[in-house]
Amino acid sequence: METKTLNKQTESINQAIEITGSEAVMKAMIAEGVETIFGYPGGAIMPIYDALYDYRDQLEHILVRHEQGGIHAGQGYARSSGRTGVVFATSGPGATNLVTGLADAMIDSTPLVCITGQVFAHLLGTDAFQETDVINITTPVTKWNYQITDANEIPEILAKAFYIAKSGRPGPVLIDITKNAQLQKFNFTGYTPCNHIRSYRPKPIVRKEYVEAAAEMINQAVKPLVLFGQGVILGKAENEFKTFIEKAGLPAAWTILGLSALPTDHPLNVGMLGMHGNYGPNLLTNECDVLIAVGMRFDDRVTGRLDKYAKQAKIIHLDIDPSEVDKNVKADIPVWGDCKETLPMLTNLIKSNKHEAWLKKFNDCTAKEQEAVIQDELHPTGEIMTMGEVIDQLNQLTKGDAIIVTDVGQHQMVACRYAHFNKSKSNITSGGLGTMGFALPAAIGAKYGAKDRTVIAIIGDGGIQMTIQEFGTIMQDNVDVKILILNNQFLGMVRQWQQLFHEKRYSFVDIKSPDYVTVAKGYSIEGNSIKERKNLKAALKKMLDHKGPYLLEVFVGKENNVFPMVPQGCSVSEIRLK
Amino acid sequence: MKQEYTITIYTENQVGLLTRIAIMFSRRKINVESMNTSPSEVEGIHRFTIVINVTEDVVRKLVRQIEKQVDVLKAYYNTNDEIIWQELALYKVPTETIAEKAKVERLLRAYGARAVVIRKDYTIFETTGQREETDTLINVLAPFGLIEFVRSARVAIIKDSKGFHEKLKEFEETEPVKHLLAEDITPEKAAELEN
Repeated sequence: METKTLNKQTESINQAIEITGSEAVMKAMIAEGVETIFGYPGGAIMPIYDALYDYRDQLEHILVRHEQGGIHAGQGYARSSGRTGVVFATSGPGATNLVTGLADAMIDSTPLVCITGQVFAHLLGTDAFQETDVINITTPVTKWNYQITDANEIPEILAKAFYIAKSGRPGPVLIDITKNAQLQKFNFTGYTPCNHIRSYRPKPIVRKEYVEAAAEMINQAVKPLVLFGQGVILGKAENEFKTFIEKAGLPAAWTILGLSALPTDHPLNVGMLGMHGNYGPNLLTNECDVLIAVGMRFDDRVTGRLDKYAKQAKIIHLDIDPSEVDKNVKADIPVWGDCKETLPMLTNLIKSNKHEAWLKKFNDCTAKEQEAVIQDELHPTGEIMTMGEVIDQLNQLTKGDAIIVTDVGQHQMVACRYAHFNKSKSNITSGGLGTMGFALPAAIGAKYGAKDRTVIAIIGDGGIQMTIQEFGTIMQDNVDVKILILNNQFLGMVRQWQQLFHEKRYSFVDIKSPDYVTVAKGYSIEGNSIKERKNLKAALKKMLDHKGPYLLEVFVGKENNVFPMVPQGCSVSEIRLK
Repeated sequence: MKQEYTITIYTENQVGLLTRIAIMFSRRKINVESMNTSPSEVEGIHRFTIVINVTEDVVRKLVRQIEKQVDVLKAYYNTNDEIIWQELALYKVPTETIAEKAKVERLLRAYGARAVVIRKDYTIFETTGQREETDTLINVLAPFGLIEFVRSARVAIIKDSKGFHEKLKEFEETEPVKHLLAEDITPEKAAELEN
């Protein structure tokens, strides 16, 4: 094999030293500034864990309870810190347990470096104990993967791995290292971070003429609408984005992964896009004259029916990944590049504007939605609590400063719709893959990625039971996460669809829960469970004030639905308020 | 409209890349009509030639996804008009019939076939050409007892291509070469760079 990293500025150490492949892995971690590793040891990765033992003062290793928990923790870490998550797992089942997390990180563009152990090279292909073809299993769900069978390759390949994971559109990288390579002694001449791979173009060339054309189009626009996604956060371009929309008074709506890039209370923040998004941005997508997409990929949950999506509008698409432009929605002007660079170029060329009449339309829509949906959701008059009022109460206590990690389902949509955010990188959720079981381990990782911030995992009664074993990780390391279970005693989102589209045939959505407070107690996690509104505020406050991990279960309405809703196969402008 | 497209991919010579490229087609349920890998004009750079039958919209998106792969340098797609292409075919026929029937010999010559091996029991002919030509020869030989037939994947040269030597220099630059910087790009230059 041949890998080329050119223009190396090799900081070779005075003379080569003989170390094992495993120690070279540790040196790579240190050189890359890794502080936290989530992992689980096993036979084929034991030499690496043996080396880690000598580095345990410099590298914090969190022993998870399942490799899926490990990789979701790595994702949570990456999302809250803006750094690369690192995960260790052994061969065979250890490696296959990573697959869901890899797929999740791939579709949500999360930078990860996963190291898996592998059987001795001479045993490859012999069906050896705990041997599995992890490279071929993970190829479709990794940005890059590579198997190392010779320790001499370790420094260069790990340097490439970290570079590929983090640069351009980020993604997960998996490096599989055979046990012989981990044990092998070789002459280590130093670690050189990678900054160029000839076959890899992380950033497309910015085309000035397209930026100019885009600015011209924005200047002509009477009803412009900006859609922003996670690209703004990944590009660390939150300020550039804010300046851009403020200068031209552009209303901006977010995708679920773009959430928190712009503060909730910003006057130009017009809400959430997509299936359970806000009324205004969905409806007015089909009325705007210029649609400016920034770091988002027109997912089907955002666009609804494509042939009736923004057909009246000219489309400007800013993205770092050229393959996203024209993939789902044809762009009139493609602005390829890192939005950290392209947004300021655009801002320079656009004219100041206010678009007051157009903005008023969004406010009118908000008023309509407030009356039809939001009022009852946040301030219900019925006896039974709603998910929305829990989030509303939580907002009042956190003031929008907490990191909210959500799982998948109704509670996720409600939390994303109503949670307040002041800071970027505060909303962590499984957006593209929709992985139930994501939130609990991701919250653990998020806490390590942002140790001084409050981390609240909001989870349904279905999702919590998928990765509940991570209570063990929380117990062992006393990880200060607040676990808020919104229990509607159903797999709520599936039940909602069965109600609306399958004549209420509730097929296997009636899920029973254990006594979560008792389960938590078994793991030395304090907890409480409430059913009545009068206890809500005090219970939430107690949870937030508690030092260390805490579980709060809130029973909410069994058959509440999330609205508005764009039914599958419908246009965004056919959004239903009830 | 569906039609035949030939995809040409320049890649690093990397174990596992064949899978990475093959699954891009299978994931989208696209049948690969022919796939060939070979060295390219540049040492260390591999060249894939893949033929699929799809619409232009599909092939354009697919090529962008292929080019996104870390170990892929560049990917192109072309219609059959834009390339020169050939396939190689081998035919095994009983030597007896050929010896007996002069007509066969004549036919083979007419189709540009050449004997590679002549044994007592069989003779192997080889021909290169386009799909229709090699197909026709099968039909022609069938009545004379065609024992075995095999055809290679398509190899193709893009008529307009200037090859990869110059292109590679751009890829090897750590910083974008000057003419790739935004301020120096004219629309004409941009169009040229796209190719």
